[in-house]
Amino acid sequence: MKDKVFPHPFIANSTVTDWKGMLRELKVEGIQDLYSDIPSKFLVERKLNLASPLSELETFKHISRILSKNISYRDMSVFAGAGAWLHYIPAAVSEIVSRSEFLTSYTQYQPEASQGMLMALFEYQSLVAELLEIDVVNASMYDWATALGEAGRMCKRLTGRSEVVIPRFTSPDRRAVLQTYIDPIGMRIVEVAQSREDGQIVLENLKEKVSSDTAAVYLENPSYLGYLETEVDAVAEISHDAGAVFIVGVDPTSLGILRPPGDYEADIVVGEGQPFGNPVNFGGPLLGILACKNDIKMIRAMPGRIIGMTTTLDEMQRAFVMSLQTREQHIRRGEANSNICTNNALCALASAVYLSLLGKSGIRELSEHILAKTKYAIKKFSSIDRIEVPLFKAPHFKEFTVRFRRGQADDVLRKLLEHKICGGKSLAPEFPELGESVLVCVTELHSKQQIDNYVDTLDQLLR
Amino acid sequence: MYRQSRWNEPLIFEVSRKGAIGHVLPALEKEILSGLKEALNEIPKEMRRKELNLPEVSELEVIRHFTRLSQMNYGVSLGTYPLGSCTMKYNPVMNEKLASLENVQNVHPLQDQRTTQGSLKLLYKLEKMLCEITGMHKFSFIPAAGAQGEFLGCLMMKAYHEEHGEKRRKVIVPDSAHGTNPASAEMAGFEVNVVKSDEMGCVDVKELEKIATEETAGLMLTNPNTLGIFERNIEEIVQIIHDVGGLLYYDGANLNAIMGKVRPGDMGFDIVHLNVHKTFSTPHGGGGPGAGPVGVKKELQEFLPAPTVEYDSATNSYYLEYNRPKTVGKIKMFYGNFSVYVKTYAYIMMMGAEGLRLAAEASVLGSNYLLSKLRQLKGVAVPFDSGQPRKHEFVLSLSKLAKDTSVRALDVAKRFLDYGAHAPITYFPLIIDEAFMVEPTESETKRELDNFAKIMSEIIDEAYDEPMKVLGAPYNTSVGRINEMKASHPKTLCLSWRMYKRGSRGA
Repeated sequence: MKDKVFPHPFIANSTVTDWKGMLRELKVEGIQDLYSDIPSKFLVERKLNLASPLSELETFKHISRILSKNISYRDMSVFAGAGAWLHYIPAAVSEIVSRSEFLTSYTQYQPEASQGMLMALFEYQSLVAELLEIDVVNASMYDWATALGEAGRMCKRLTGRSEVVIPRFTSPDRRAVLQTYIDPIGMRIVEVAQSREDGQIVLENLKEKVSSDTAAVYLENPSYLGYLETEVDAVAEISHDAGAVFIVGVDPTSLGILRPPGDYEADIVVGEGQPFGNPVNFGGPLLGILACKNDIKMIRAMPGRIIGMTTTLDEMQRAFVMSLQTREQHIRRGEANSNICTNNALCALASAVYLSLLGKSGIRELSEHILAKTKYAIKKFSSIDRIEVPLFKAPHFKEFTVRFRRGQADDVLRKLLEHKICGGKSLAPEFPELGESVLVCVTELHSKQQIDNYVDTLDQLLR
Repeated sequence: MYRQSRWNEPLIFEVSRKGAIGHVLPALEKEILSGLKEALNEIPKEMRRKELNLPEVSELEVIRHFTRLSQMNYGVSLGTYPLGSCTMKYNPVMNEKLASLENVQNVHPLQDQRTTQGSLKLLYKLEKMLCEITGMHKFSFIPAAGAQGEFLGCLMMKAYHEEHGEKRRKVIVPDSAHGTNPASAEMAGFEVNVVKSDEMGCVDVKELEKIATEETAGLMLTNPNTLGIFERNIEEIVQIIHDVGGLLYYDGANLNAIMGKVRPGDMGFDIVHLNVHKTFSTPHGGGGPGAGPVGVKKELQEFLPAPTVEYDSATNSYYLEYNRPKTVGKIKMFYGNFSVYVKTYAYIMMMGAEGLRLAAEASVLGSNYLLSKLRQLKGVAVPFDSGQPRKHEFVLSLSKLAKDTSVRALDVAKRFLDYGAHAPITYFPLIIDEAFMVEPTESETKRELDNFAKIMSEIIDEAYDEPMKVLGAPYNTSVGRINEMKASHPKTLCLSWRMYKRGSRGA
């Protein structure tokens, strides 16, 4: 036998006996016979230029060594947020998502054998729906930004119109993804002003910007810059009067205390579910939330998987299954609402466990905890007179803006790093009108001592 | 006899008890707590939440609930999971251990790059490996999944042609293509042209010649295709598309069969996506997350999204490059599903060059072996059977069985579940009547493959002798056969607890 067979722990039939036995039954000489249909000029005759197989132990050492060049939250105070947030993950969450029955399963094409994941995803949808006060949540998108992109496309299907009105201080990354998603179908972004004073959307300007071309009006609350938008009812009314869909983007950790978007007539809600039980993982995977009102037209325009409750054929048992699959690519192909197939189901499972654990009182406490810390941090930062904090006169949640009256934001951040502080995200490239400023994030993970240390260090650096 | 757990588990909302808690947050320091009231009062009353209907349960109740649910879920670690084009191979446990390291999980994407050199180095090195495996020039890690990779690929095709002053509107896909191919092309604004398969199950080259024009932006192809057949005319296909100025897109869902054997880049493909959650062993997680890195040839690299991961030899450091003026734009937050790539990297290290090749060969050997057993069964046909060996997967037609017995592919699949095996994909590819699409992967032993063939044989016998038995399957799963119509009917549609409470009659 010419085949280069050697036993490998992940390759079941790599013993010479099994290998030969199978070849014999197939009546072929060697494995090359099964590749004989490939034009020989394309066959790779050499060995790929990769290392030879390593043992598990060697692999662990090798990768740990590479990763040792990272500095994690454990060894540094990280005050960066802006799309991915450091939160505590209860041990029970990690325990459940590492169960291999969940981890090593595929999409639920055979629902009878996959009730566990289906029910958990139905619960994820249900828990998030309660939090948003909106009926329909899909079983996950990749992240908030792509959920927004898909929501934009959804509005074209719903209205036939082609403009999405978004406020000035929308997350630039999310705005960029929205742009990429809607551009191919001839949609465009129209910007509406927000007050430099309190950050609120300028209603008069919004009235001018909406028209019979407006497919959707999008509002982030709390905003990307951390402050609360309070004129939400007016924005909803202006949007709806123009016949546009009202999309609200949320950081759901705020919803233990803040009014849910469903209550102020949001038609579609998007957001980031990562904070509920998922690590930041250097930026991914995250968890895109996409939700809509209980309106059959809207539900049919929705992308992605949605799990529904039903019964067995004999009606004896409750059961769960992927619902309305005719919206999806595996059935509708080119006519599908979206191409999404693999989503972030396991992240949704983590969020379901997280929301179940924290529950009614825990989520409210989490929101209060973050609100109180934000308040404290802003107050503490205000004691430094060479900075302006926050840049907007409005209540803040989790994130806030700090402007350096002198010096460059990047420069300050670099100096902070020498004191093992990641001070936040520089906003200067994104919003030049905000000057040399950074976006700072605090969560339940940041101790008073860490916040105090940040402020004291900054105070000294700016002297 | 196999029996899946059947817990009769209520929804978490249904076990809620007033006042129960499942988790305690750290107490706030006095100085912080004292500001809470003021902070709450600053929020206008009408912007405060009034009620919150989340469940109230203790920690053990949560653990039991979800542990019971896990027992009602089938995974690769329980048994054979032969879904065609899904490559449900073993997910090495070491992958998970590495991905759960502090230096993976708790590193924020916006930290100064001097504090993320480990992540950047890992990605940089992984890029080189993926280039070597595929024969491509440069990769982007950003796409979250294969479908997003396809979307990106289509956007790049568009950008490439626009750069050459052309507005090409059409993308060609074979009639056997994955559903994501046409969906992605449409999403990127293309019109989709379908090319038929020939009598051997491959792209009909004559028809392709007719369809391919100066309007063609590109062809999206899976090779081996979804029938598990290698497109033997690949050189001609590439020639036809390139001759009209189009680009070749490689759908990496089926790369498993050809690792270390043939490289998409060598075959002439210009853009490639990989499904690392298929070929490179990262788990599917019940639907995701995966990752769909996209590789391109040199002439397309400028269109890749920002940032890319680069190395500066002067400072011996790795960095994110944002200066990409011709990029197609941003498709997702940050740099890709990093923790998934840690698993990808670990897998490639543990396999090595020899191991990847052997995995490909073993997947093809196992697949052909199983096919040789199944093709002997009554009522089973092998469409497009020209004697060409299959690769990692194969597709049977059960239409004769259906005609003889009224037991359809769907029913056979349901009966499979009773034996403690997962069923193959059914009714795909669409060009085969009563399709039964099997991909055993290199992870299944000969004994498991023999067992699979035995189960299939028993089910077919049963279909002829006692069809009602098969039609009523499954019996041994957590629930019996599900009413799927009801789940999608507007009158019974129930998509959340809120809808259920309001009287949608899901159950």
